[in-house]
Amino acid sequence: MKSFITILIILSLVPLSATQAQEVAVHDFDSFKAYLNKQNDTTYVINFWATWCIPCVKELPDFEKANEKYQLQKFKMLLVSLDFKSQIESSVIPFIEKKGMASEVVLLSDPNANEWINQVNPSWTGSIPATVIYNKDSYYFHEGSMTFEELDTLISNTIKP
Amino acid sequence: MKTFFSTLIILFLSINLSAQGYQIGDKAISFNLLNVDGKFVALDDYGAAKGFVIIFTCNHCPFSVAYEDRIIALDQKYKDLGYPVLAINPNDSLRAPSDSYSHMIVRAREKGFTFPYLLDADQSIAKAYGATRTPHVYILKKEHGALVVKYIGAIDDNHEEAQKVKSKFVEEALDDLLAGNNPKRDFTKAIGCSIKFEK
Repeated sequence: MKSFITILIILSLVPLSATQAQEVAVHDFDSFKAYLNKQNDTTYVINFWATWCIPCVKELPDFEKANEKYQLQKFKMLLVSLDFKSQIESSVIPFIEKKGMASEVVLLSDPNANEWINQVNPSWTGSIPATVIYNKDSYYFHEGSMTFEELDTLISNTIKP
Repeated sequence: MKTFFSTLIILFLSINLSAQGYQIGDKAISFNLLNVDGKFVALDDYGAAKGFVIIFTCNHCPFSVAYEDRIIALDQKYKDLGYPVLAINPNDSLRAPSDSYSHMIVRAREKGFTFPYLLDADQSIAKAYGATRTPHVYILKKEHGALVVKYIGAIDDNHEEAQKVKSKFVEEALDDLLAGNNPKRDFTKAIGCSIKFEK
């Protein structure tokens, strides 16, 4: 009987842990902006995207590829979804699972874009995709799509200036 | 001296690059574009208008969809005051198939658009205006026969939850214009779908 109950408990836990496999933290700009200004040895790639953005979805595999290539170095890939907060469960998490994405995904939900877009970069008009690549010594911002070669060159130049 | 000139040329080129599209106070070009009813619509057709609310938008973009009802409300409120809405879809339908002309016709009917929904087939108007995302608003005012750009930017400050909007940027700008003033806030930014220019 005891083992039966244990099995029941384990069974009930299985689907729970499966649904918790993907967590997407939600930030407003105040809690997000620390990611843009880390002063350490790590090189950060921060890509703004959304599940409905055609050119974003097209370039995501290249960002995943770069994440894999540089994973053993002082490197951090952060994919910042600008999907609607109400669609995390219905769109964002299923998308991440379907594509088997390994990079960390957070969701930035802050309606006051007129204020925070300029804090990411004053030249950004607000269209996505857009990407920031930086470490404490160098900084690069790009609005629009990138090829893997462009991304790869920028990362390797930033890691080893 | 030679380097001085090359510096000047570089400066000139970079100024030119950053000046792509309109700034506040620039004179906008007029246009004559195909509407969803099969007829062409030109700004010159609106003799009585004081100006225009030009909105680059499209079918596929969730930000555009989220604003459809608010764009209809803008048109209904400001058309009679002299500022009708004209929506323009600038997307290359090869890159965004649901933004094709036939899909525009369907969407305009479904939503009951009260304003023209025009196709910028060669994307020349979006390029001339400097629109980069959807939705992207340009308010024009007729001044001495010219169309002067008075506001560029977002519709309001909350795309996701219309009931939580704090500042209605476009309405505020239009109210300023109707009161005889230039808009106090004439430039805002928003996240939007990038306009799909032909490759």
